[in-house]
Amino acid sequence: MVAPDAARVRLASSGPGSIPLNAWRLAVVLILGVVFIAGPPLFSSYWVGLLTQMVILAILAMSLDILLGYTGLPSLGHAAFFGVAAYAVGVLATSYGAGFWTCVVGGLLIGTLLSAAFGLILAHVRDVYFLMITLALGMILWGLSFRWIPVTGGDNGISGIPSLAAHTGFPLEGPVAFYYVTLLVFVVCAGLMTLIVRSPFGLTLRGIRENEGRMKSLGFNTWLHCYLSYVIAGAFASVAGVVWAYYNGFVSPTYLDLTASSELFLMVTLGGPATLVGPVLGAAAIVLLKNVMSAYTARWLFILGVVYIVAILAAPKGVWNLGRRQ
Amino acid sequence: MRTPRSAVIATALLIAGVLLSAQTPTGPIKIGFLVPVSGPYAQTGRDILNGFLLLLDEIGYRAGGREIELIVEDTEAIPAVALTKARKLLESDQVHLMAGGLLSSTGYALASFVDSMQVPMVYPVVSADDLTQRLGTKWIVRTSYTGSQPNHPFGEYAYETLGYRTIATIALDYSFGWESVGGFQRTFEEAGGRITQQMWTPVSVHDFAPYLAQISRDVDAVYALFLGRSTLQFMRQYQEYGLKDRIPLIGAGPTTDEHALPFMGDEALDVVTALHYSAALDTPANRAFAGAYRARYNKLASYYAESMYSGGKWVVAAIEALDGRVEDRAALLKALQDAKPEGLPRGPVELDAYGNPLENVYVRRVERVNGELQNTVIHTFPRVSQFWIYTPADYLAQPLYAR
Repeated sequence: MVAPDAARVRLASSGPGSIPLNAWRLAVVLILGVVFIAGPPLFSSYWVGLLTQMVILAILAMSLDILLGYTGLPSLGHAAFFGVAAYAVGVLATSYGAGFWTCVVGGLLIGTLLSAAFGLILAHVRDVYFLMITLALGMILWGLSFRWIPVTGGDNGISGIPSLAAHTGFPLEGPVAFYYVTLLVFVVCAGLMTLIVRSPFGLTLRGIRENEGRMKSLGFNTWLHCYLSYVIAGAFASVAGVVWAYYNGFVSPTYLDLTASSELFLMVTLGGPATLVGPVLGAAAIVLLKNVMSAYTARWLFILGVVYIVAILAAPKGVWNLGRRQ
Repeated sequence: MRTPRSAVIATALLIAGVLLSAQTPTGPIKIGFLVPVSGPYAQTGRDILNGFLLLLDEIGYRAGGREIELIVEDTEAIPAVALTKARKLLESDQVHLMAGGLLSSTGYALASFVDSMQVPMVYPVVSADDLTQRLGTKWIVRTSYTGSQPNHPFGEYAYETLGYRTIATIALDYSFGWESVGGFQRTFEEAGGRITQQMWTPVSVHDFAPYLAQISRDVDAVYALFLGRSTLQFMRQYQEYGLKDRIPLIGAGPTTDEHALPFMGDEALDVVTALHYSAALDTPANRAFAGAYRARYNKLASYYAESMYSGGKWVVAAIEALDGRVEDRAALLKALQDAKPEGLPRGPVELDAYGNPLENVYVRRVERVNGELQNTVIHTFPRVSQFWIYTPADYLAQPLYAR
């Protein structure tokens, strides 16, 4: 496993300027790794909370990356699956008093089935049409969460989702324990997603992104590949939604509105599409910027806007691809 | 280069100083404040904050012999963000109490967190009925009102004094709308009137034409609930469609609240609404507050602005009662519940056993005085309870007002 990977990295970054790039990437991964693995017991619970948010949103951003980065399908409604899975947990746990595993499986199943249903339409369209239909479907789900009051509670959302410790019966009290559970989920999801994008299936997705016509003429069923890519992305988004529901203890329509979807889009583009690592950086950076900036100034949105523009200008391929030669 | 080293030392000293000062019990009293100061609700959030800043300036940021430190965090009116910020205030800033909130969604999201953390929190605006009714949140002290509270007396008033028999309602489609209309409908129909038509518009409504076309021309009056941009738009279109001359318009207080009133014209004249505050309330306390608010911010005092001026007086009264010993959270909660702040702009207020105020409800009519629109008080219902004339047990046996 090691040898081909190392070869590929060398191949991808051959030529002048490659050594600083690799050193830079290694430093980022090492620092983040140490902070994310060893940090939490040392941090205050507020910072552990922020790290938890980063990790959950990282799963979500990586799932969008499969679609946006690897398959080249820009979705503006990806937060919908995240939100629907969170709602499923909320409704099952509060209205039906369901147990932990029922809620988890229910959330994953409903989110995944929904993406399987939407995918039937969406796998037929590309580019701006894909963007618009995902936007429309996302808005429909948002409207449903807002207006289907007997089930979703409307604007007020659903509160009272039990804590992880209370619901599982395991001794998982406190933010640090929750964080490590989240980290475990992240590692599993990240591992699976890496396997998927490196598999022949993942290479086909990249082929479709580059030139769908050629892939078709080579005999690939591109519709099926796009469809599966959409369902896989929806399934991982559902995982993030389930964890998020337990993290906040409530769900509300803002989880699946357009702002949420476009912020997600930004995380991926800012970090670097088609890298899986990039979206993790993007998610971490945006959570950090939002929370740190807003503590100091009411004009934090302005600063955030400037940061986005500078980042897009300086690193149009994303922060993770900074310095990579075209 | 000596500068970096000295900078590092200075920073280290500063951090050490902050850490040390945090440990001494006589440090400032920290109040965490959560309002939206960005996004679509920023203006309303600012009003709430402004009222509090005005009060803190008046008392020189001191109460109970201790300094008061205010830490403001932006909720963006998004529940999940409000929750993150509340965690930050509590765990990172270690505030002694929290205050704020605007929308019901934020109020509900924070309620279970506040109760689980056992920290006192003042809700100066959030009016979601159930917070002080069926939900019974222990650690929240609400100093505002429930959505239905001013509408219970107003329903009776519409039947008996205004003499309306049939009314059509049109309101924003979310819990504040349902609770306002629900409260109005209940007492209006119990008095003998009839709501013949109910319309709900999305919160993001941009054009009222399709709704205005549906309003039956046979009703005696139209009852409306809108806020901010939507109320400006609604009022203007109500006049443009020729309805203003044919069907009188009444509504919930926020529809003609002072946050929007200065931007309205003749279309707002003679609209009758009910709320627990009016900037035109002619009492010494309100004249002083409204005058000071206007002098400082060059705006009319809205009920949002008054909310945290009064809410702040609540907090200050509680701190004074404890002589500044706010470290004991249970004692602080008790002091907040027992506080009887004097000289509130809106008039006398006290809390009921459920943590919601008993307060005056004012019926106001929009008039032009000295070239400016104002909510002239035409009737006062004293000491109105969230349960109106019903017993709490009977009231709570009914379901929450919904569509």
